[in-house]
Amino acid sequence: MAQLLKVEDLKVKAEGKEEEILKGLNLEVGEGEVHVILGPNGAGKSTLGSSLIGSPEYEKIGGKVYFKGEDITEESADKIAKMGMFLSFQNPIEVPGITLSNFIKTSLEIKTGERIRLWDFKKKLSETMKLLSMDEGYADRDLNVGFSGGEKKKAEILQLLMLKPDLAILDETDSGLDVDAVHIVSKGIEEYRKSVGGALMIITHSTKILESLNVDKTHIIVDGRVVSEGGPELVSEVNENGFEKYENM
Amino acid sequence: MKEKTQVEDIDRSIYDFRYADEDAYKVEEGLTEKIVGKISDEKNDPDWMREFRLKSLGIYNEIPVPDWGPSIDGLDMEHIVTYVRPNTKRMQTNWDDVPEDIKDTFERLGIPEAERKSLAGVGAQYDSELVYHNVRKEVSERGVVYTDIESALRGEYAELIKEKFMTLVPPTDHKFAALHGAVWSGGSFVYVPKGVHLDIPLQSYFRLNAKGAGQFEHTLIIVEDDAYLHFIEGCSAPKYNVANLHAGCVELFVGKNATLRYSTIENWSKNMYNLNTKRAIVDEGGKIEWISGSFGSHVSYLYPMSVLNGKGARSEFTGVTFAGNGQNLDTGTKIVHNAPETSSYVNTRSISKDGGINTFRSAVVIGAKAKGSKSAVSCESLMVDDISRSDTIPAMDVRCADADVGHEAKIGRISDETVFYLMSRGLSEEEARALIVRGFADNVSKELPLEYAVEMNNLITLEMKGSIG
Repeated sequence: MAQLLKVEDLKVKAEGKEEEILKGLNLEVGEGEVHVILGPNGAGKSTLGSSLIGSPEYEKIGGKVYFKGEDITEESADKIAKMGMFLSFQNPIEVPGITLSNFIKTSLEIKTGERIRLWDFKKKLSETMKLLSMDEGYADRDLNVGFSGGEKKKAEILQLLMLKPDLAILDETDSGLDVDAVHIVSKGIEEYRKSVGGALMIITHSTKILESLNVDKTHIIVDGRVVSEGGPELVSEVNENGFEKYENM
Repeated sequence: MKEKTQVEDIDRSIYDFRYADEDAYKVEEGLTEKIVGKISDEKNDPDWMREFRLKSLGIYNEIPVPDWGPSIDGLDMEHIVTYVRPNTKRMQTNWDDVPEDIKDTFERLGIPEAERKSLAGVGAQYDSELVYHNVRKEVSERGVVYTDIESALRGEYAELIKEKFMTLVPPTDHKFAALHGAVWSGGSFVYVPKGVHLDIPLQSYFRLNAKGAGQFEHTLIIVEDDAYLHFIEGCSAPKYNVANLHAGCVELFVGKNATLRYSTIENWSKNMYNLNTKRAIVDEGGKIEWISGSFGSHVSYLYPMSVLNGKGARSEFTGVTFAGNGQNLDTGTKIVHNAPETSSYVNTRSISKDGGINTFRSAVVIGAKAKGSKSAVSCESLMVDDISRSDTIPAMDVRCADADVGHEAKIGRISDETVFYLMSRGLSEEEARALIVRGFADNVSKELPLEYAVEMNNLITLEMKGSIG
């Protein structure tokens, strides 16, 4: 598969702090592949997700990030997003005064550079919400405001399905969800694979969300570095034995 | 280097044009008995009004300047011209008769167009005098009176005006109410008879063109029992490098089971001291709805007040204030619950940027007679950057055990987290910030009448530095 993302010896620290969180991380994702990122708490998994898409909270102090062959190391979040990267937030932000529907429409129009006909948009949005068992009333509610944890995560997947990125980074999308919600989110991710065919980078603790997906590659991150890589079998291995083995490497 | 986002100022170019005022008649600068007497001469005041002005001047000279709000040191009363008569003989009811430059001014502000489209009547004040006033025939046929106070003082309702004029806002209220009593000029008188329901609004537009002048229009509205009126006022002025003063006075009388909706879009230029006083008294089952958009002026003191005087009377206040560079806007509302089962609801948003200062000041008084009354105050402030300022000063004075009083205040900044969240979906930093600010004001701006929502959108259009997209 053609290369989509390449992370080369990436070193990242939090803005205003000295300590390195990512200490020379290497990673490659091919087009349409499914990658899983595993690692103990504080290993730098979420930092990786946020800094890849250009969060100003983090500073890249070494290494390079290439997306679709372009160096995006110093690029801002909006440019990276428009190139086709998407981050599903671990804690989606509440934004009063902007409805979910309006926000998705605005994002879509900015991404495509074209005005979208309201009728077409509404139809597509309504279909997608149905797929995610989301009450359509949420479309007219302010973005994430007063949404339950589960609805916030569904709203992220809704954005994923509407914006159709080439690479979706899911940061703990399944954490804190009940069984039903995990099932629905999984269904959404399957749909993304099926209809968009985009690549996935799944940062997770649990394996439930992975059951219905064909994982191409698993990366284990400990202390800011990839310490082990393998196929889907690595997931079940970590599930049984934890990270102890890797932490002492 | 990342370019720092700057949310630009409101585009004032559509307001910021002016005409020479050479031909206009002006009184001298400052404030003396002689000047006040001259205004009375100009207006051919009835004797009681002549005395009222002089009495007010005496009160003005005795009351100190308020010392609790934004500084008004830049206002030098010795140099404010209190009366400027535009170069027109008298108020016109035919648009074609209005002098060319004045006509052009209002055309550019879109007033005659609005009249044609969606208004029942229009008044246009230029400096100290109304230059145009017109009411649709079908409206006046229903007994609705809409004219300037000067004409009304000589008309059918002369006695009524004498009875009501500056009784809700007496000259003793504060220094600028006294000033108003002395030098008031222009404004509107509206009378809506019992049971008349006016579906389309009346509108007055106030334009202060003369440099270093003051505008002191008086608005007196009487809505009789079971009647309905929506009154809109708009204000603007070109910018000068000397202080201008606006000390208008609005007195609203709302009858039993009547409703008055009073909307204001104020966009004075940034050399303006806006020291305006507005007050409504509401009878049994009646309702006052204040819609207030404050965008302009250098300093504002503005707190429309509702006196709920009859059982079940209601007040709703919806306001948005936008303070930019060099602006110190002290706005809010006061409600006095004076009767049982009265209710008040206050919902405001304020936005400050580029070092602008916003203060929300409210007072809710629940009197001993106001059994079973309710009040809910909610104010939210947003600071766009870290050099701007926002304060909230709510006061509650509850003298009745059986009352339900609530207050909610939120002050926030645009968080970097929120901006990043929106940017991660492809919005540029500028687009993200603009969306947040618009979203913040939205709950309030949608209360505005349509044509004013458009003006508000123009006002709130946040022009961004740097390319978009």
